[in-house]
Amino acid sequence: MVPVLVFAAVSLVTLGAAIAVVTNKNILHSAYFLVLAFVGVAAVYVMLEAPFIAVIQVLIYIGAIAILVIFAIMLTRRLMSNDMEQRNKQWIWSALGSVILFGVLGWLVYSANWPVVEAAVPKDPITLMGQELLTTYVVPFEIASVLLLAALVGSILIGREKDQESRSAE
Amino acid sequence: MADLINLIENWLETLILGWGASEELTLFILQALGSVLVVIICFVIVIALIWVERKLAGRIQDRFGPNRAGPFGIFQSFADIIKIFTKEYVTPEGAEKGFYNVAPVLAIASVLAIWAVFPFAVNVLGADINVGVLYIVAVSAFGILAILMAGWSSNNKYSLLGASRSVAMLISYEIPMVVSMLVPVLLSHSMKLSDIIAAQQPWWFLIVAPLAALVFLISSMAEIGKAPFDLLEAESELVAGYHTEYSGMKFGMFYVAEFLHQYTVGALITIFFLGGWGGPLAIQWPILGFIYFHIKTFVVYLVISWIRLSLPRIRIDEMLNLNWKFLIPVSFINLVVVAIADRVMIDLNLARWIYVGIMFGLNIFILLVSLFLAGKTSPEVERETFPTRPVAVPPGTKSR
Repeated sequence: MVPVLVFAAVSLVTLGAAIAVVTNKNILHSAYFLVLAFVGVAAVYVMLEAPFIAVIQVLIYIGAIAILVIFAIMLTRRLMSNDMEQRNKQWIWSALGSVILFGVLGWLVYSANWPVVEAAVPKDPITLMGQELLTTYVVPFEIASVLLLAALVGSILIGREKDQESRSAE
Repeated sequence: MADLINLIENWLETLILGWGASEELTLFILQALGSVLVVIICFVIVIALIWVERKLAGRIQDRFGPNRAGPFGIFQSFADIIKIFTKEYVTPEGAEKGFYNVAPVLAIASVLAIWAVFPFAVNVLGADINVGVLYIVAVSAFGILAILMAGWSSNNKYSLLGASRSVAMLISYEIPMVVSMLVPVLLSHSMKLSDIIAAQQPWWFLIVAPLAALVFLISSMAEIGKAPFDLLEAESELVAGYHTEYSGMKFGMFYVAEFLHQYTVGALITIFFLGGWGGPLAIQWPILGFIYFHIKTFVVYLVISWIRLSLPRIRIDEMLNLNWKFLIPVSFINLVVVAIADRVMIDLNLARWIYVGIMFGLNIFILLVSLFLAGKTSPEVERETFPTRPVAVPPGTKSR
């Protein structure tokens, strides 16, 4: 009974925050409500007995992505006005499309045959994950780190000062 | 008597069960009571810390601290609290009401949430989660968000400038903090805080990994915004940074959050590098473990205060240079070398003190090499030298 109540409360908070994200007139307030939605998702992960994923969710989504989004919004002055139009003339067709999509997804989720795994959650998932990352999945792991390195080098290259670029050979 | 905290908990548990509550409800009530108790203890500690800070600052600066409000000025903190409570809340026009009021609450909540995972003694733990170290890093991210919220919603360009600069500094210094926090995790093969403390019992990690302790200390001092990294409140430049427009208890919340964060960083250094609640007889008598924990935390707090009161502020470009060009390479090299050395020496199965000695030597070697390289690559600064000017002396006094 209590887990159901907790799940209901967390889902309400997450969905309410998500609705506030898309309907808010002030885009910075939408970013703050996005943070709240991320917290709700982390709470759902905790209830699913995956504390590692929950902490990683907070660390990456809130600690890095949300801060990046808020910085980008703050540095773009035109977006900070409060009177942007929320809808254009075609809103009724998009509303119809979303309702149809919601119906299809809901029917799909309701009528699918979800397999139920009877095994318990492993006692030490982090050690298992570390071992799997370095033995079975080592190629995706290394490729992901090379991708991150490329992104880092690219961002520094793009953000360099102009006079250095004109002086270098390239 | 030795196991005081568990004794009280057992007595309360039988009491509440005797009132007819179910098993789950009893657990919930006890846990809620424990959290409220930790929060109250944190606030009481901050009241004492404010007095210590002011007295210490006075003594280091060759003056008395507050000494009027009670013997040795011990009631000064209470006078400050009463003053802050009775101040008027001046909200700037155009401030975004909801987020302006939420920001100080979020700032202090992010610091208090770190206290949930601290092990105070062998069997006194809040939440012994598997990912304790990651949790601490994740919750610090909320503090950064609180600063951004405060800076923007004050509708003040100085607040916004201060908030942007401080967030740039905070997210930069998170990297060496996390990487040097990984060294104790590596050495104790677990992310649980109780395992990290248990792995330190004969030899503290301060001796096994001194370079990681130093990097963690420096980057934590940048994270809490204490001098020499206190450009968050550089009064000569930014009025008061992101908390310019806050008055009364809202500013009080930021103030308390700053002191509590300093004490929390002291607790983190204690857990990761100074052996936590370890000490003579700490396992048989858990109440001693609790006392050792707080003594060690207080010593680290005094060290941070001492550094703060002795050094001037550094500029933001020098500070970011220090981070990206020195601390990050040093912490990464430290992590790699410690990982390799740990793996090699565990296979060789050496005695513990030989292991500790080799690790200590490696750390000092990396520190010396990196300081040497940093000295060689820093640009030569052109300093104008003036001829010595005559110094004015009042008539009748001896000249130096």
